[in-house]
Amino acid sequence: MRYVIIGNSTAAVGAVEGIRSVDGTGEIILISKEPEHTYARPLISYLLCGKTTREKMRYRPADFYTKNKARLVFSEVTRIDAASKTVTLAGGQLEHYDKLLVATGSRPFVPRMDGIETVEHKTTFLSLDDALAIQTAIRKDTQVLIIGAGLIGLKCAEGIWEQVQSITVVDLADRVLPSVLTPDAARLVQRHIEEKGIRCILADSVQSFDGQQAVLKSGKTIAFDLLVVAVGVQPNSGLIKEAGGAVNRGIVTDERMQTTLADVYAAGDCAESFDLTTGTQRVLAILPNAYAQGECAGINMAGGAKEYPGTAPMNAMGLLGLHLVTAGSYDGTPLIASPTQSDGGYRQFYEKDGVLNGFILLGDIRRAGIYTSILKDRTPLAQLDPKRLLERPQLLAFSKADRIEKLGGVPLGH
Amino acid sequence: MKRIYVNEAWCLGCHLCEYYCAFANSPCDDMVKALKGVSINPRIQVEGGEGIHFAVSCRHCEEPLCVKGCITGSLRVKDGRIVVDPERCVGCYTCVLSCPFGAIMPSDTGVVQKCELCVDNAGGEPLCVRHCPNGAIVFEERGAEA
Repeated sequence: MRYVIIGNSTAAVGAVEGIRSVDGTGEIILISKEPEHTYARPLISYLLCGKTTREKMRYRPADFYTKNKARLVFSEVTRIDAASKTVTLAGGQLEHYDKLLVATGSRPFVPRMDGIETVEHKTTFLSLDDALAIQTAIRKDTQVLIIGAGLIGLKCAEGIWEQVQSITVVDLADRVLPSVLTPDAARLVQRHIEEKGIRCILADSVQSFDGQQAVLKSGKTIAFDLLVVAVGVQPNSGLIKEAGGAVNRGIVTDERMQTTLADVYAAGDCAESFDLTTGTQRVLAILPNAYAQGECAGINMAGGAKEYPGTAPMNAMGLLGLHLVTAGSYDGTPLIASPTQSDGGYRQFYEKDGVLNGFILLGDIRRAGIYTSILKDRTPLAQLDPKRLLERPQLLAFSKADRIEKLGGVPLGH
Repeated sequence: MKRIYVNEAWCLGCHLCEYYCAFANSPCDDMVKALKGVSINPRIQVEGGEGIHFAVSCRHCEEPLCVKGCITGSLRVKDGRIVVDPERCVGCYTCVLSCPFGAIMPSDTGVVQKCELCVDNAGGEPLCVRHCPNGAIVFEERGAEA
């Protein structure tokens, strides 16, 4: 059996480990556009602030490929031919596959902005190369303009905080982290980062660039030395689309992560997932999802049986000392009347159709996974003790029978 | 593999397991010196209220969501145990958001900590188990696992 994996990041690693849990001998070839040992992509901001190193940010140990008998090829795939079961590499070389995984991830979305070609120092923030480019570009007196106040933009800001003269973040949305926070929670995060000296300009966007100056729609002008475009990402789904496979926003797969093309699988940021909290197929470009999909694909490629029925968006991040965790969707009834806590933290929960559909915790994030499990398991809240559940995450909110099952305690009288 | 199991019917809620955990994971070989004046942050934590008590620590799951979701690769399965490499953890707390038991938590340094069954610090017999006065925490091979 010959497995070819296009990609070398989280979903690809998940697939290698998934394949090897079933098939110890089949040939595995990973084709990577980035000439790097697999690295933990979200750590690029930690690399900037010195909390990790090139070596420590390896996603798997140095012997990962040899141990898994996987061959890593540095090249770009230009074409998939599902009929002849081959992929074409940038140099024209063909690689045959028995099972193919597309784990091509996503690429930065760079909107059309007038005059952007006049900006000398500009980058996106998604790859190690981007981080290295920023590292080279910044000095103590650098003024940085970041377009996008989402997870990527704010992590970039954290990464270079105190290493540059100023950081200004501009977003079209009226709040920071618009995809993961509600307006009132976002205000707390905004206040926190503004206290740290990061300037936020919201509900505004760039009208035009002229060299080292940006003119915003509001008429404001911002002088900068380095521009970081962190507006968002889009799935790398082109190879599947050109090969005739179904693509919506991302690559369409079944529950076994197989695309509509025979023997071709897809996983990670390039593929769609079923979001249990919205009931829709969507791209959930988050790392745990990429690993789980990759592993599921790998197991199925190797002849095992595994289904990935769906998941929920979830994000955990620290931002200049403030920790926040979020999960699910905020479509539903808020359960906390006063979500802002006296210590500056925040807790809110959303109930829909009798289940926990989403939550946001800022500050005290301890044991938050208990909430995530209730959300993902769609546990009816009626089976839980709601007062205890909302007080703090605790297993005491579950029934005695559930607790005994979870902790393995022998039943009474044993 | 031997795992820790907890029987809430026998838990007295005395919290001794928490103190022994903190001692086991301290660099000190004298419990008094290790814990005197210290606000402990143990890897096993007693929950309770209204006459019910039980200790919660890592279940060393067969399908560990913390390991699979770890953004750095610093959580891994080693001989069936789930262990963390504190040198590589950056404290993002994705694992805290993933663990259904609330059994992995920030340490005093900001990276995460969890029960590693005392293999590296107390010779493989978890101190919480050895010192539980009522046998509410046991360390057993129960088989019937993949």
